[in-house]
Amino acid sequence: MLHIVNKSPLERSSLDSVLQTGADGAILLIEDGVYAVTKGNAAEPKLKAAMGKFKFYALTPDVDARGIADRVMDGVTLVDYAGFVDLVAENKTCQSWL
Amino acid sequence: MTTKKFMFVNRKAPYGTIYALESLEVVLIGAAFEQDVSLAFMDDGVYQLKKGNQTKGIEMKNFQPTYRALEDYDVTKLYVDQESLTARGLTADDMSVPVEVMSRAEIGKIMEEQDVLLSF
Amino acid sequence: MKFSILVNEGPYTHQAADSAYQFAKAVLAKGHEIYRVFFYHDGVNNATRLTTPPQDDRNIVNRWSKLAEEHKLDLVVCVAAAQRRGIVDEGEAKRNGKDATNLAPGFRISGLGQLIEAGIQAERIVVFGD
Repeated sequence: MLHIVNKSPLERSSLDSVLQTGADGAILLIEDGVYAVTKGNAAEPKLKAAMGKFKFYALTPDVDARGIADRVMDGVTLVDYAGFVDLVAENKTCQSWL
Repeated sequence: MTTKKFMFVNRKAPYGTIYALESLEVVLIGAAFEQDVSLAFMDDGVYQLKKGNQTKGIEMKNFQPTYRALEDYDVTKLYVDQESLTARGLTADDMSVPVEVMSRAEIGKIMEEQDVLLSF
Repeated sequence: MKFSILVNEGPYTHQAADSAYQFAKAVLAKGHEIYRVFFYHDGVNNATRLTTPPQDDRNIVNRWSKLAEEHKLDLVVCVAAAQRRGIVDEGEAKRNGKDATNLAPGFRISGLGQLIEAGIQAERIVVFGD
């Protein structure tokens, strides 16, 4: 399953909810959600621990807009909107954690 | 018509925003289409079912009775996350309608089985 | 593959409307089909003809209208949500005694059943919101 998270981990609990609810699959960070993949942010240990279960992706245009391309964590795959479409196509369902 | 498994995911409290009310309106319409409908209540979404709403003071429509009407539409699969209840000092007894309380992980498994997942 | 898109927020205040639009463009660029884009909650405000954003910024409403025209998209605004928020077409103006209409080109107002149908008929449905 594809999980889409669009809020910063320190603003909303969406990312926590995904990590506790999902068994595996892909997590795509978009909009303010991309802050979760910056090195040194409070959510970093949680993400690292979850990388065995989930594959993490971040949307490049949102990363670039926020000036954080220079500090994306290792193990996160950057995708553009075409990649976003592919992720949706490849997964039977997707859940936007609003 | 194809029958698909539709799950409506509710994570927001009622009244502070319109999402709880307007998503309920979608559920009722969905039921009329004879789809396999279920509702998941997680995080602050569990507050939607906390019984005893008295909305006169805030001058908003009390839509809590509408959750009881779901049964008439054959929407009976209401899943409530245990961890979310506990974190909010709530139990199944606080719920205004019969629900199935289960762990987050179990709700996650049911989510994986759905065809359509709608959030509001 | 057939995609449907649900847009839950209005233009400018949340990024949702932008993300949904860029996703829609990418879907089409990849050769997929968009069955329907459904606008709910404040998303209905993506359909007002009366918007005048700054000249040097994107015109969200016009972008949707243009995309709809170029690709013959079905952009549907939920009638109940539209009534609450004052998005009005000719039929709604007559029905509810309003003295103006403001629905932008390319959009149509219809019931929530269109959202359910969008979920049934498409192979994928993606939600953009808050």
